[in-house]
Amino acid sequence: MKSFSLRDVGNEAKLLLIGLPVLIWTLLPIYHLVLFAISPKQDAFAGKLWPDHPTLHNFGIVFRQQHYFLRDFWAQFWNSTVIALAVGALTLFIATCAAFAISRLRVPGGRTVMNLALFTYFIPAAFLAVPMYRTMGNYGLLNNHWSLIFAMVTIASPYAIWVLKQASDKLPVELDEAAIMDGATPMQLFRLVYLPLMLPSLVAIGTYAVLLAWNEYLYAFLLLSKDTEITLPVALGNFLAADDSPWELLMTTGLIYALPPAAMYYAFRRYMVGGLTAGAVKS
Amino acid sequence: MTAITLSSPEATPQRPWTSRLTTTQVWGLALLAPYILVFAAFVVYPVSYGLWLARHPASYVALYNDPIFARAAVNTLIFLIVGINLKMLIALALSGFFIQQRAWIRWLSVLFILPWAVPSIPTILSVRFMFNPEWGVVNHLIFKLTGEDGPNWLNDPAIALTMAIGMHIWKSLPFWTLILMTGRLAIPQDQFEAAEVDGASGWQKFRFVTWPAMRTLYMTCTLLSMIWTLGDFNSVYLLTGGGPADLTHVLATLGIRYLRLDQLDLSMAAIVCALPLVLPLVYFMMKRLSR
Repeated sequence: MKSFSLRDVGNEAKLLLIGLPVLIWTLLPIYHLVLFAISPKQDAFAGKLWPDHPTLHNFGIVFRQQHYFLRDFWAQFWNSTVIALAVGALTLFIATCAAFAISRLRVPGGRTVMNLALFTYFIPAAFLAVPMYRTMGNYGLLNNHWSLIFAMVTIASPYAIWVLKQASDKLPVELDEAAIMDGATPMQLFRLVYLPLMLPSLVAIGTYAVLLAWNEYLYAFLLLSKDTEITLPVALGNFLAADDSPWELLMTTGLIYALPPAAMYYAFRRYMVGGLTAGAVKS
Repeated sequence: MTAITLSSPEATPQRPWTSRLTTTQVWGLALLAPYILVFAAFVVYPVSYGLWLARHPASYVALYNDPIFARAAVNTLIFLIVGINLKMLIALALSGFFIQQRAWIRWLSVLFILPWAVPSIPTILSVRFMFNPEWGVVNHLIFKLTGEDGPNWLNDPAIALTMAIGMHIWKSLPFWTLILMTGRLAIPQDQFEAAEVDGASGWQKFRFVTWPAMRTLYMTCTLLSMIWTLGDFNSVYLLTGGGPADLTHVLATLGIRYLRLDQLDLSMAAIVCALPLVLPLVYFMMKRLSR
Protein backbone atom coordinates (compact mmCIF):
# COMPACT_ATOMS: atom_id res chain seq x y z
CA MET A 1 0.00 0.00 0.00
CA LYS A 2 1.11 3.51 -0.82
CA SER A 3 1.89 6.00 1.89
CA PHE A 4 -0.72 8.55 2.88
CA SER A 5 -0.41 11.91 1.14
CA LEU A 6 -2.38 14.95 0.02
CA ARG A 7 -2.60 13.53 -3.48
CA ASP A 8 -4.17 10.37 -2.12
CA VAL A 9 -6.80 12.41 -0.31
CA GLY A 10 -7.60 14.18 -3.57
CA ASN A 11 -7.84 10.85 -5.38
CA GLU A 12 -10.09 9.44 -2.69
CA ALA A 13 -12.36 12.48 -2.98
CA LYS A 14 -12.56 12.07 -6.75
CA LEU A 15 -13.43 8.41 -6.34
CA LEU A 16 -16.13 9.27 -3.81
CA LEU A 17 -17.54 11.75 -6.28
CA ILE A 18 -18.12 8.82 -8.62
CA GLY A 19 -18.99 6.27 -5.96
CA LEU A 20 -21.75 8.24 -4.30
CA PRO A 21 -23.88 8.83 -7.42
CA VAL A 22 -23.30 5.21 -8.41
CA LEU A 23 -24.57 4.06 -5.02
CA ILE A 24 -27.68 6.24 -5.22
CA TRP A 25 -28.39 5.28 -8.84
CA THR A 26 -28.07 1.59 -8.02
CA LEU A 27 -30.07 1.47 -4.82
CA LEU A 28 -32.77 4.08 -5.34
CA PRO A 29 -35.39 1.87 -7.07
CA ILE A 30 -34.62 -0.94 -4.64
CA TYR A 31 -34.78 1.38 -1.65
CA HIS A 32 -38.08 2.73 -2.89
CA LEU A 33 -39.38 -0.82 -3.14
CA VAL A 34 -38.36 -1.61 0.41
CA LEU A 35 -39.72 1.72 1.64
CA PHE A 36 -43.14 0.94 0.20
CA ALA A 37 -43.16 -2.53 1.66
CA ILE A 38 -42.60 -1.24 5.20
CA SER A 39 -44.84 1.83 4.93
CA PRO A 40 -48.48 2.11 5.91
CA LYS A 41 -50.51 3.14 2.87
CA GLN A 42 -50.85 6.85 3.77
CA ASP A 43 -47.09 7.28 4.40
CA ALA A 44 -46.17 5.65 1.10
CA PHE A 45 -48.49 7.85 -0.88
CA ALA A 46 -47.34 11.02 0.86
CA GLY A 47 -43.93 10.78 -0.82
CA LYS A 48 -41.99 10.38 2.43
CA LEU A 49 -38.37 9.25 2.30
CA TRP A 50 -38.79 7.25 5.49
CA PRO A 51 -42.14 6.21 6.99
CA ASP A 52 -43.23 7.75 10.30
CA HIS A 53 -44.35 4.34 11.47
CA PRO A 54 -42.45 1.53 9.75
CA THR A 55 -44.45 -1.68 9.85
CA LEU A 56 -44.43 -5.25 8.65
CA HIS A 57 -48.20 -5.15 8.33
CA ASN A 58 -48.05 -5.41 4.52
CA PHE A 59 -46.11 -8.66 4.71
CA GLY A 60 -48.80 -10.09 6.99
CA ILE A 61 -51.48 -9.22 4.44
CA VAL A 62 -49.52 -10.83 1.63
CA PHE A 63 -48.64 -13.98 3.56
CA ARG A 64 -52.23 -14.41 4.76
CA GLN A 65 -53.54 -13.62 1.26
CA GLN A 66 -55.90 -11.01 2.70
CA HIS A 67 -56.57 -9.12 -0.49
CA TYR A 68 -58.49 -9.80 -3.66
CA PHE A 69 -55.28 -9.68 -5.72
CA LEU A 70 -53.42 -11.98 -3.36
CA ARG A 71 -55.91 -14.85 -3.16
CA ASP A 72 -53.46 -17.18 -4.90
CA PHE A 73 -50.17 -15.78 -3.62
CA TRP A 74 -48.88 -19.06 -2.18
CA ALA A 75 -50.00 -21.07 -5.21
CA GLN A 76 -48.17 -18.60 -7.43
CA PHE A 77 -45.08 -18.67 -5.23
CA TRP A 78 -45.14 -22.45 -5.46
CA ASN A 79 -45.56 -22.33 -9.25
CA SER A 80 -42.54 -20.04 -9.57
CA THR A 81 -40.49 -22.34 -7.35
CA VAL A 82 -41.40 -25.58 -9.09
CA ILE A 83 -40.89 -24.13 -12.56
CA ALA A 84 -37.53 -22.57 -11.67
CA LEU A 85 -36.25 -25.79 -10.11
CA ALA A 86 -37.48 -27.89 -13.02
CA VAL A 87 -35.80 -25.55 -15.50
CA GLY A 88 -32.58 -25.68 -13.46
CA ALA A 89 -32.55 -29.47 -13.33
CA LEU A 90 -33.51 -30.02 -16.97
CA THR A 91 -31.07 -27.42 -18.27
CA LEU A 92 -28.25 -28.93 -16.23
CA PHE A 93 -29.06 -32.39 -17.51
CA ILE A 94 -29.32 -31.40 -21.17
CA ALA A 95 -26.35 -29.05 -21.17
CA THR A 96 -24.02 -31.32 -19.22
CA CYS A 97 -24.73 -34.25 -21.52
CA ALA A 98 -24.24 -32.10 -24.59
CA ALA A 99 -21.06 -30.45 -23.34
CA PHE A 100 -19.57 -33.83 -22.39
CA ALA A 101 -20.42 -35.29 -25.79
CA ILE A 102 -19.06 -32.32 -27.71
CA SER A 103 -15.97 -31.59 -25.69
CA ARG A 104 -14.85 -34.95 -24.28
CA LEU A 105 -16.29 -37.61 -26.61
CA ARG A 106 -15.75 -35.35 -29.62
CA VAL A 107 -18.85 -36.79 -31.19
CA PRO A 108 -19.17 -36.17 -34.95
CA GLY A 109 -21.50 -33.24 -35.55
CA GLY A 110 -20.73 -31.84 -32.13
CA ARG A 111 -19.47 -28.62 -33.61
CA THR A 112 -22.67 -28.20 -35.56
CA VAL A 113 -24.75 -28.67 -32.42
CA MET A 114 -22.59 -26.09 -30.67
CA ASN A 115 -23.25 -23.65 -33.51
CA LEU A 116 -26.98 -24.34 -33.40
CA ALA A 117 -26.94 -23.64 -29.68
CA LEU A 118 -25.02 -20.41 -30.19
CA PHE A 119 -27.50 -19.40 -32.86
CA THR A 120 -30.34 -19.85 -30.35
CA TYR A 121 -28.40 -17.87 -27.76
CA PHE A 122 -28.35 -14.92 -30.14
CA ILE A 123 -32.04 -14.85 -31.06
CA PRO A 124 -33.51 -11.94 -29.11
CA ALA A 125 -35.79 -13.55 -26.51
CA ALA A 126 -38.79 -11.31 -27.22
CA PHE A 127 -38.59 -12.25 -30.91
CA LEU A 128 -38.69 -15.97 -30.26
CA ALA A 129 -41.63 -15.45 -27.91
CA VAL A 130 -44.14 -14.85 -30.70
CA PRO A 131 -43.58 -18.06 -32.67
CA MET A 132 -42.98 -19.94 -29.41
CA TYR A 133 -46.42 -18.93 -28.19
CA ARG A 134 -48.04 -20.35 -31.32
CA THR A 135 -45.94 -23.49 -31.16
CA MET A 136 -46.98 -24.18 -27.59
CA GLY A 137 -50.56 -23.75 -28.73
CA ASN A 138 -50.02 -26.29 -31.50
CA TYR A 139 -48.46 -28.71 -29.03
CA GLY A 140 -51.45 -28.24 -26.74
CA LEU A 141 -49.22 -27.03 -23.93
CA LEU A 142 -50.63 -23.53 -23.40
CA ASN A 143 -51.61 -22.82 -19.78
CA ASN A 144 -49.59 -25.83 -18.76
CA HIS A 145 -46.45 -25.42 -16.67
CA TRP A 146 -44.56 -27.59 -19.12
CA SER A 147 -44.85 -24.90 -21.77
CA LEU A 148 -42.97 -22.41 -19.62
CA ILE A 149 -40.49 -25.05 -18.47
CA PHE A 150 -39.65 -26.08 -22.03
CA ALA A 151 -39.49 -22.47 -23.20
CA MET A 152 -37.05 -21.55 -20.45
CA VAL A 153 -34.95 -24.68 -20.98
CA THR A 154 -34.74 -23.71 -24.65
CA ILE A 155 -33.51 -20.27 -23.71
CA ALA A 156 -31.16 -21.36 -20.91
CA SER A 157 -29.53 -24.39 -22.57
CA PRO A 158 -27.49 -22.66 -25.31
CA TYR A 159 -25.56 -20.50 -22.90
CA ALA A 160 -25.29 -23.41 -20.46
CA ILE A 161 -23.83 -25.67 -23.15
CA TRP A 162 -21.47 -22.92 -24.22
CA VAL A 163 -20.12 -22.23 -20.72
CA LEU A 164 -19.88 -25.93 -19.84
CA LYS A 165 -18.10 -26.69 -23.11
CA GLN A 166 -15.58 -23.91 -22.43
CA ALA A 167 -14.96 -25.36 -18.97
CA SER A 168 -14.78 -28.94 -20.32
CA ASP A 169 -12.15 -27.97 -22.84
CA LYS A 170 -9.91 -26.84 -20.00
CA LEU A 171 -9.86 -30.26 -18.34
CA PRO A 172 -6.67 -32.15 -19.28
CA VAL A 173 -7.27 -34.82 -21.93
CA GLU A 174 -4.84 -37.14 -20.11
CA LEU A 175 -7.48 -37.76 -17.43
CA ASP A 176 -9.82 -39.26 -20.01
CA GLU A 177 -7.05 -41.28 -21.58
CA ALA A 178 -5.99 -42.71 -18.22
CA ALA A 179 -9.57 -43.66 -17.39
CA ILE A 180 -10.05 -45.31 -20.78
CA MET A 181 -6.80 -47.26 -20.29
CA ASP A 182 -8.24 -48.54 -17.03
CA GLY A 183 -11.23 -49.77 -19.02
CA ALA A 184 -13.74 -47.09 -18.16
CA THR A 185 -16.80 -46.89 -20.39
CA PRO A 186 -17.87 -43.44 -21.57
CA MET A 187 -20.59 -43.43 -18.91
CA GLN A 188 -18.14 -44.25 -16.14
CA LEU A 189 -15.87 -41.54 -17.47
CA PHE A 190 -18.83 -39.16 -17.31
CA ARG A 191 -19.88 -40.06 -13.78
CA LEU A 192 -16.57 -40.68 -12.08
CA VAL A 193 -14.17 -38.29 -13.79
CA TYR A 194 -16.13 -35.61 -15.57
CA LEU A 195 -18.95 -34.62 -13.20
CA PRO A 196 -16.80 -34.20 -10.06
CA LEU A 197 -14.31 -31.99 -11.92
CA MET A 198 -17.06 -29.87 -13.44
CA LEU A 199 -18.87 -29.25 -10.15
CA PRO A 200 -18.11 -25.51 -9.83
CA SER A 201 -19.31 -24.82 -13.37
CA LEU A 202 -22.39 -26.96 -12.78
CA VAL A 203 -23.26 -24.90 -9.70
CA ALA A 204 -22.88 -21.69 -11.72
CA ILE A 205 -25.02 -22.98 -14.58
CA GLY A 206 -27.69 -24.46 -12.30
CA THR A 207 -27.99 -21.13 -10.50
CA TYR A 208 -28.08 -19.27 -13.79
CA ALA A 209 -30.94 -21.41 -15.13
CA VAL A 210 -32.95 -21.23 -11.90
CA LEU A 211 -32.58 -17.45 -11.74
CA LEU A 212 -33.45 -17.05 -15.41
CA ALA A 213 -36.66 -19.02 -14.98
CA TRP A 214 -37.60 -17.40 -11.66
CA ASN A 215 -37.10 -13.90 -13.08
CA GLU A 216 -38.81 -14.47 -16.42
CA TYR A 217 -41.80 -12.29 -17.12
CA LEU A 218 -42.61 -12.25 -20.85
CA TYR A 219 -42.82 -15.98 -21.54
CA ALA A 220 -44.70 -16.63 -18.32
CA PHE A 221 -47.13 -13.85 -19.19
CA LEU A 222 -47.76 -15.26 -22.67
CA LEU A 223 -47.86 -18.96 -21.88
CA LEU A 224 -49.83 -19.11 -18.61
CA SER A 225 -53.08 -17.40 -17.77
CA LYS A 226 -55.13 -19.07 -15.02
CA ASP A 227 -54.78 -17.28 -11.67
CA THR A 228 -53.78 -20.46 -9.87
CA GLU A 229 -51.34 -21.51 -12.59
CA ILE A 230 -49.41 -18.27 -13.20
CA THR A 231 -46.07 -17.40 -11.64
CA LEU A 232 -45.40 -14.47 -9.31
CA PRO A 233 -44.15 -11.97 -11.93
CA VAL A 234 -47.30 -12.48 -13.99
CA ALA A 235 -49.41 -11.94 -10.88
CA LEU A 236 -47.48 -8.72 -10.23
CA GLY A 237 -48.08 -7.61 -13.80
CA ASN A 238 -51.79 -8.30 -13.38
CA PHE A 239 -51.91 -5.93 -10.40
CA LEU A 240 -51.21 -3.16 -12.88
CA ALA A 241 -54.30 -3.81 -14.92
CA ALA A 242 -56.50 -2.63 -12.07
CA ASP A 243 -57.52 0.99 -11.68
CA ASP A 244 -57.12 0.92 -7.92
CA SER A 245 -53.95 -1.14 -7.56
CA PRO A 246 -52.97 -1.58 -3.93
CA TRP A 247 -49.46 -0.31 -4.60
CA GLU A 248 -48.12 -0.95 -1.11
CA LEU A 249 -49.12 -4.62 -1.44
CA LEU A 250 -47.80 -4.77 -4.98
CA MET A 251 -44.41 -3.53 -3.80
CA THR A 252 -44.41 -5.88 -0.82
CA THR A 253 -45.14 -8.85 -3.04
CA GLY A 254 -42.48 -7.59 -5.44
CA LEU A 255 -39.93 -7.44 -2.65
CA ILE A 256 -40.78 -10.95 -1.47
CA TYR A 257 -40.43 -12.14 -5.06
CA ALA A 258 -37.07 -10.37 -5.52
CA LEU A 259 -35.49 -11.73 -2.34
CA PRO A 260 -34.87 -15.40 -3.28
CA PRO A 261 -32.93 -14.64 -6.48
CA ALA A 262 -30.87 -11.96 -4.75
CA ALA A 263 -30.08 -14.37 -1.90
CA MET A 264 -29.23 -17.13 -4.36
CA TYR A 265 -27.00 -14.84 -6.34
CA TYR A 266 -25.03 -13.81 -3.26
CA ALA A 267 -24.85 -17.39 -1.98
CA PHE A 268 -23.28 -18.59 -5.23
CA ARG A 269 -21.52 -15.39 -6.24
CA ARG A 270 -18.11 -17.05 -6.08
CA TYR A 271 -19.17 -19.53 -8.79
CA MET A 272 -21.38 -17.18 -10.77
CA VAL A 273 -18.91 -14.42 -11.47
CA GLY A 274 -16.11 -16.69 -12.60
CA GLY A 275 -18.27 -19.25 -14.35
CA LEU A 276 -20.62 -16.94 -16.16
CA THR A 277 -18.57 -13.95 -17.15
CA ALA A 278 -15.75 -16.12 -18.45
CA GLY A 279 -18.05 -17.65 -21.02
CA ALA A 280 -20.12 -14.57 -21.76
CA VAL A 281 -17.70 -12.83 -24.05
CA LYS A 282 -14.46 -14.42 -25.06
CA SER A 283 -11.99 -11.60 -25.44
CA MET B 1 -12.14 -28.20 -29.55
CA THR B 2 -8.87 -26.39 -30.03
CA ALA B 3 -7.50 -27.29 -26.61
CA ILE B 4 -7.87 -30.97 -27.29
CA THR B 5 -6.54 -31.08 -30.84
CA LEU B 6 -3.55 -29.03 -29.75
CA SER B 7 -2.67 -31.29 -26.86
CA SER B 8 -2.66 -34.55 -28.81
CA PRO B 9 -0.77 -33.97 -32.05
CA GLU B 10 1.48 -36.95 -31.36
CA ALA B 11 -1.39 -39.39 -30.95
CA THR B 12 -1.03 -42.54 -32.99
CA PRO B 13 -3.93 -44.00 -35.00
CA GLN B 14 -3.98 -47.07 -32.72
CA ARG B 15 -5.07 -45.22 -29.59
CA PRO B 16 -7.57 -47.02 -27.35
CA TRP B 17 -10.12 -44.48 -28.58
CA THR B 18 -10.27 -45.94 -32.07
CA SER B 19 -11.22 -49.41 -30.97
CA ARG B 20 -14.14 -47.99 -29.06
CA LEU B 21 -14.98 -45.31 -31.54
CA THR B 22 -18.39 -46.68 -32.43
CA THR B 23 -19.47 -47.19 -28.82
CA THR B 24 -18.20 -43.75 -27.96
CA GLN B 25 -19.97 -42.27 -30.93
CA VAL B 26 -23.21 -43.94 -29.98
CA TRP B 27 -22.89 -42.60 -26.44
CA GLY B 28 -22.00 -39.18 -27.74
CA LEU B 29 -25.01 -39.03 -29.99
CA ALA B 30 -27.27 -40.31 -27.23
CA LEU B 31 -25.99 -37.54 -24.97
CA LEU B 32 -26.54 -34.93 -27.64
CA ALA B 33 -30.05 -36.16 -28.35
CA PRO B 34 -31.85 -34.28 -25.54
CA TYR B 35 -30.60 -30.92 -26.77
CA ILE B 36 -31.21 -31.77 -30.42
CA LEU B 37 -34.80 -32.67 -29.53
CA VAL B 38 -35.31 -29.41 -27.63
CA PHE B 39 -33.74 -27.49 -30.50
CA ALA B 40 -35.94 -29.17 -33.09
CA ALA B 41 -39.15 -28.82 -31.11
CA PHE B 42 -38.71 -25.33 -29.70
CA VAL B 43 -36.39 -23.54 -32.11
CA VAL B 44 -36.53 -25.09 -35.58
CA TYR B 45 -40.26 -25.65 -35.62
CA PRO B 46 -41.29 -22.27 -34.11
CA VAL B 47 -38.84 -20.28 -36.22
CA SER B 48 -39.86 -21.95 -39.49
CA TYR B 49 -43.50 -21.73 -38.55
CA GLY B 50 -43.08 -18.04 -37.68
CA LEU B 51 -41.33 -17.31 -40.96
CA TRP B 52 -44.08 -19.15 -42.78
CA LEU B 53 -46.68 -16.99 -41.01
CA ALA B 54 -44.76 -13.90 -42.10
CA ARG B 55 -44.77 -14.85 -45.78
CA HIS B 56 -47.67 -12.61 -46.95
CA PRO B 57 -46.55 -9.33 -48.56
CA ALA B 58 -49.91 -7.92 -47.42
CA SER B 59 -48.69 -8.04 -43.79
CA TYR B 60 -45.77 -5.80 -44.61
CA VAL B 61 -47.99 -3.33 -46.42
CA ALA B 62 -50.32 -3.23 -43.42
CA LEU B 63 -47.33 -2.84 -41.14
CA TYR B 64 -45.95 -0.02 -43.28
CA ASN B 65 -49.29 1.75 -43.12
CA ASP B 66 -49.54 1.44 -39.35
CA PRO B 67 -48.10 4.67 -37.90
CA ILE B 68 -47.33 2.80 -34.67
CA PHE B 69 -44.89 0.60 -36.56
CA ALA B 70 -42.94 3.56 -37.96
CA ARG B 71 -42.78 5.05 -34.50
CA ALA B 72 -41.66 1.74 -32.98
CA ALA B 73 -38.93 1.36 -35.60
CA VAL B 74 -37.62 4.85 -34.84
CA ASN B 75 -37.82 4.18 -31.09
CA THR B 76 -35.89 0.95 -31.55
CA LEU B 77 -33.16 2.81 -33.40
CA ILE B 78 -33.00 5.48 -30.69
CA PHE B 79 -32.81 2.71 -28.12
CA LEU B 80 -29.98 1.04 -29.99
CA ILE B 81 -27.93 4.10 -30.91
CA VAL B 82 -28.37 6.26 -27.81
CA GLY B 83 -29.11 3.62 -25.21
CA ILE B 84 -26.39 1.15 -26.04
CA ASN B 85 -23.60 3.63 -26.63
CA LEU B 86 -24.45 5.49 -23.46
CA LYS B 87 -24.60 2.25 -21.51
CA MET B 88 -21.34 0.86 -22.88
CA LEU B 89 -19.45 4.13 -22.38
CA ILE B 90 -20.64 4.37 -18.78
CA ALA B 91 -19.77 0.71 -18.27
CA LEU B 92 -16.30 1.31 -19.70
CA ALA B 93 -15.74 4.28 -17.39
CA LEU B 94 -17.16 2.51 -14.35
CA SER B 95 -15.07 -0.59 -15.00
CA GLY B 96 -12.05 1.68 -14.48
CA PHE B 97 -13.56 2.93 -11.24
CA PHE B 98 -14.39 -0.52 -9.89
CA ILE B 99 -10.92 -2.01 -10.43
CA GLN B 100 -9.47 0.50 -7.95
CA GLN B 101 -8.13 -1.31 -4.92
CA ARG B 102 -10.24 0.07 -2.10
CA ALA B 103 -12.25 -1.85 0.47
CA TRP B 104 -15.24 0.50 0.09
CA ILE B 105 -15.19 0.17 -3.69
CA ARG B 106 -15.23 -3.61 -3.34
CA TRP B 107 -18.31 -3.28 -1.11
CA LEU B 108 -19.90 -0.93 -3.58
CA SER B 109 -19.28 -3.39 -6.39
CA VAL B 110 -21.10 -6.06 -4.40
CA LEU B 111 -24.15 -3.78 -4.13
CA PHE B 112 -23.76 -2.53 -7.69
CA ILE B 113 -24.63 -5.97 -9.07
CA LEU B 114 -28.09 -5.92 -7.47
CA PRO B 115 -30.06 -4.49 -10.44
CA TRP B 116 -28.79 -7.38 -12.51
CA ALA B 117 -29.42 -10.01 -9.82
CA VAL B 118 -32.99 -9.05 -8.94
CA PRO B 119 -35.88 -9.64 -11.32
CA SER B 120 -37.04 -6.78 -13.56
CA ILE B 121 -40.64 -6.47 -12.59
CA PRO B 122 -40.46 -5.31 -8.95
CA THR B 123 -37.82 -2.68 -9.58
CA ILE B 124 -39.45 -1.39 -12.77
CA LEU B 125 -42.77 -1.10 -10.97
CA SER B 126 -40.99 0.70 -8.17
CA VAL B 127 -39.58 3.24 -10.64
CA ARG B 128 -42.96 3.51 -12.25
CA PHE B 129 -44.48 4.56 -8.98
CA MET B 130 -41.58 6.86 -8.10
CA PHE B 131 -42.45 8.87 -11.19
CA ASN B 132 -46.20 8.78 -10.73
CA PRO B 133 -47.17 12.44 -11.29
CA GLU B 134 -49.63 12.58 -8.40
CA TRP B 135 -48.33 10.21 -5.77
CA GLY B 136 -44.72 9.56 -6.69
CA VAL B 137 -41.83 10.65 -4.52
CA VAL B 138 -40.07 12.47 -7.38
CA ASN B 139 -42.85 14.97 -8.00
CA HIS B 140 -43.38 15.34 -4.25
CA LEU B 141 -39.76 16.43 -3.96
CA ILE B 142 -40.00 18.71 -6.98
CA PHE B 143 -43.06 20.35 -5.46
CA LYS B 144 -41.35 20.77 -2.10
CA LEU B 145 -38.24 22.30 -3.66
CA THR B 146 -39.76 24.51 -6.35
CA GLY B 147 -43.39 24.85 -5.40
CA GLU B 148 -44.35 23.73 -8.90
CA ASP B 149 -45.77 20.51 -10.24
CA GLY B 150 -43.23 18.19 -11.82
CA PRO B 151 -43.62 16.82 -15.33
CA ASN B 152 -46.10 14.09 -16.11
CA TRP B 153 -43.17 11.73 -16.64
CA LEU B 154 -44.69 8.68 -18.24
CA ASN B 155 -47.39 10.49 -20.18
CA ASP B 156 -45.03 12.49 -22.33
CA PRO B 157 -43.73 10.15 -25.06
CA ALA B 158 -40.28 11.77 -25.26
CA ILE B 159 -39.73 11.64 -21.50
CA ALA B 160 -41.25 8.17 -21.25
CA LEU B 161 -38.91 6.80 -23.91
CA THR B 162 -35.92 8.41 -22.19
CA MET B 163 -37.02 6.78 -18.95
CA ALA B 164 -37.36 3.40 -20.63
CA ILE B 165 -33.80 3.77 -21.93
CA GLY B 166 -32.72 4.76 -18.42
CA MET B 167 -34.45 1.69 -17.03
CA HIS B 168 -32.68 -0.51 -19.56
CA ILE B 169 -29.33 1.02 -18.61
CA TRP B 170 -30.07 0.64 -14.89
CA LYS B 171 -30.78 -3.05 -15.37
CA SER B 172 -27.95 -4.06 -17.68
CA LEU B 173 -25.15 -1.70 -16.67
CA PRO B 174 -23.81 -3.99 -13.90
CA PHE B 175 -23.39 -6.94 -16.24
CA TRP B 176 -21.40 -5.03 -18.85
CA THR B 177 -19.34 -3.25 -16.22
CA LEU B 178 -18.42 -6.64 -14.81
CA ILE B 179 -17.41 -7.96 -18.23
CA LEU B 180 -15.33 -4.87 -19.03
CA MET B 181 -13.73 -5.12 -15.56
CA THR B 182 -12.62 -8.64 -16.43
CA GLY B 183 -11.13 -7.21 -19.62
CA ARG B 184 -9.30 -4.46 -17.77
CA LEU B 185 -7.91 -6.85 -15.19
CA ALA B 186 -6.47 -8.98 -17.98
CA ILE B 187 -4.18 -6.16 -19.17
CA PRO B 188 -0.64 -6.84 -17.98
CA GLN B 189 0.19 -4.44 -15.14
CA ASP B 190 3.75 -3.76 -16.38
CA GLN B 191 2.37 -1.90 -19.40
CA PHE B 192 0.88 0.67 -17.04
CA GLU B 193 4.10 0.81 -15.06
CA ALA B 194 6.09 1.41 -18.23
CA ALA B 195 3.66 4.16 -19.26
CA GLU B 196 3.99 5.72 -15.83
CA VAL B 197 7.78 5.72 -16.10
CA ASP B 198 7.41 7.55 -19.41
CA GLY B 199 5.31 10.13 -17.59
CA ALA B 200 1.98 9.33 -19.23
CA SER B 201 -1.10 11.09 -17.86
CA GLY B 202 -4.19 9.17 -16.82
CA TRP B 203 -5.86 9.91 -20.15
CA GLN B 204 -2.75 8.89 -22.08
CA LYS B 205 -2.60 5.61 -20.17
CA PHE B 206 -6.19 4.95 -21.16
CA ARG B 207 -5.63 6.08 -24.75
CA PHE B 208 -2.45 4.12 -25.42
CA VAL B 209 -2.61 1.12 -23.07
CA THR B 210 -6.15 0.38 -21.90
CA TRP B 211 -8.13 1.17 -25.03
CA PRO B 212 -5.97 -0.78 -27.54
CA ALA B 213 -6.19 -3.81 -25.24
CA MET B 214 -9.94 -3.44 -24.72
CA ARG B 215 -11.09 -2.37 -28.17
CA THR B 216 -12.10 -5.80 -29.48
CA LEU B 217 -13.84 -6.77 -26.27
CA TYR B 218 -15.66 -3.45 -26.22
CA MET B 219 -16.86 -3.88 -29.80
CA THR B 220 -18.03 -7.44 -29.15
CA CYS B 221 -19.88 -6.36 -26.02
CA THR B 222 -21.54 -3.52 -27.90
CA LEU B 223 -22.74 -5.83 -30.66
CA LEU B 224 -23.94 -8.51 -28.25
CA SER B 225 -25.69 -5.82 -26.27
CA MET B 226 -27.45 -4.75 -29.48
CA ILE B 227 -28.92 -8.21 -29.95
CA TRP B 228 -30.10 -8.40 -26.37
CA THR B 229 -31.45 -4.87 -26.35
CA LEU B 230 -33.55 -5.70 -29.40
CA GLY B 231 -35.07 -8.46 -27.29
CA ASP B 232 -35.59 -6.31 -24.20
CA PHE B 233 -39.33 -6.36 -23.68
CA ASN B 234 -39.51 -5.57 -19.98
CA SER B 235 -37.91 -2.12 -19.80
CA VAL B 236 -40.47 -0.65 -22.15
CA TYR B 237 -43.53 -2.77 -21.52
CA LEU B 238 -43.45 -2.68 -17.72
CA LEU B 239 -42.56 1.00 -17.48
CA THR B 240 -44.73 2.58 -20.15
CA GLY B 241 -46.76 -0.31 -21.56
CA GLY B 242 -45.87 1.16 -24.95
CA GLY B 243 -47.93 4.23 -24.13
CA PRO B 244 -48.90 7.00 -24.06
CA ALA B 245 -50.97 6.42 -27.22
CA ASP B 246 -48.64 3.60 -28.35
CA LEU B 247 -45.85 6.10 -28.95
CA THR B 248 -43.10 4.40 -26.95
CA HIS B 249 -43.25 0.93 -28.46
CA VAL B 250 -40.10 -0.77 -29.67
CA LEU B 251 -40.15 -3.71 -32.09
CA ALA B 252 -40.08 -6.23 -29.23
CA THR B 253 -43.15 -4.80 -27.50
CA LEU B 254 -44.89 -4.12 -30.80
CA GLY B 255 -44.59 -7.76 -31.82
CA ILE B 256 -46.22 -8.79 -28.54
CA ARG B 257 -48.87 -6.09 -28.92
CA TYR B 258 -49.97 -7.49 -32.27
CA LEU B 259 -49.89 -10.96 -30.77
CA ARG B 260 -52.23 -9.85 -27.98
CA LEU B 261 -54.51 -8.31 -30.61
CA ASP B 262 -54.55 -11.68 -32.37
CA GLN B 263 -52.80 -10.24 -35.42
CA LEU B 264 -50.20 -12.95 -35.60
CA ASP B 265 -49.16 -12.19 -39.19
CA LEU B 266 -48.39 -8.59 -38.31
CA SER B 267 -46.64 -9.71 -35.17
CA MET B 268 -44.28 -11.97 -37.09
CA ALA B 269 -43.84 -9.38 -39.85
CA ALA B 270 -42.73 -6.79 -37.29
CA ILE B 271 -40.10 -9.22 -36.04
CA VAL B 272 -38.97 -10.17 -39.53
CA CYS B 273 -38.37 -6.46 -40.16
CA ALA B 274 -35.62 -6.57 -37.55
CA LEU B 275 -33.87 -9.52 -39.19
CA PRO B 276 -31.66 -7.48 -41.55
CA LEU B 277 -30.21 -6.00 -38.39
CA VAL B 278 -30.18 -9.17 -36.28
CA LEU B 279 -28.79 -11.69 -38.77
CA PRO B 280 -25.46 -9.94 -39.52
CA LEU B 281 -24.99 -9.48 -35.78
CA VAL B 282 -25.73 -13.13 -35.09
CA TYR B 283 -23.39 -14.20 -37.86
CA PHE B 284 -20.62 -11.99 -36.53
CA MET B 285 -21.08 -13.14 -32.93
CA MET B 286 -21.15 -16.81 -33.90
CA LYS B 287 -17.96 -16.38 -35.89
CA ARG B 288 -16.30 -14.67 -32.96
CA LEU B 289 -17.39 -17.13 -30.31
CA SER B 290 -16.94 -20.38 -32.21
CA ARG B 291 -13.43 -19.64 -33.43
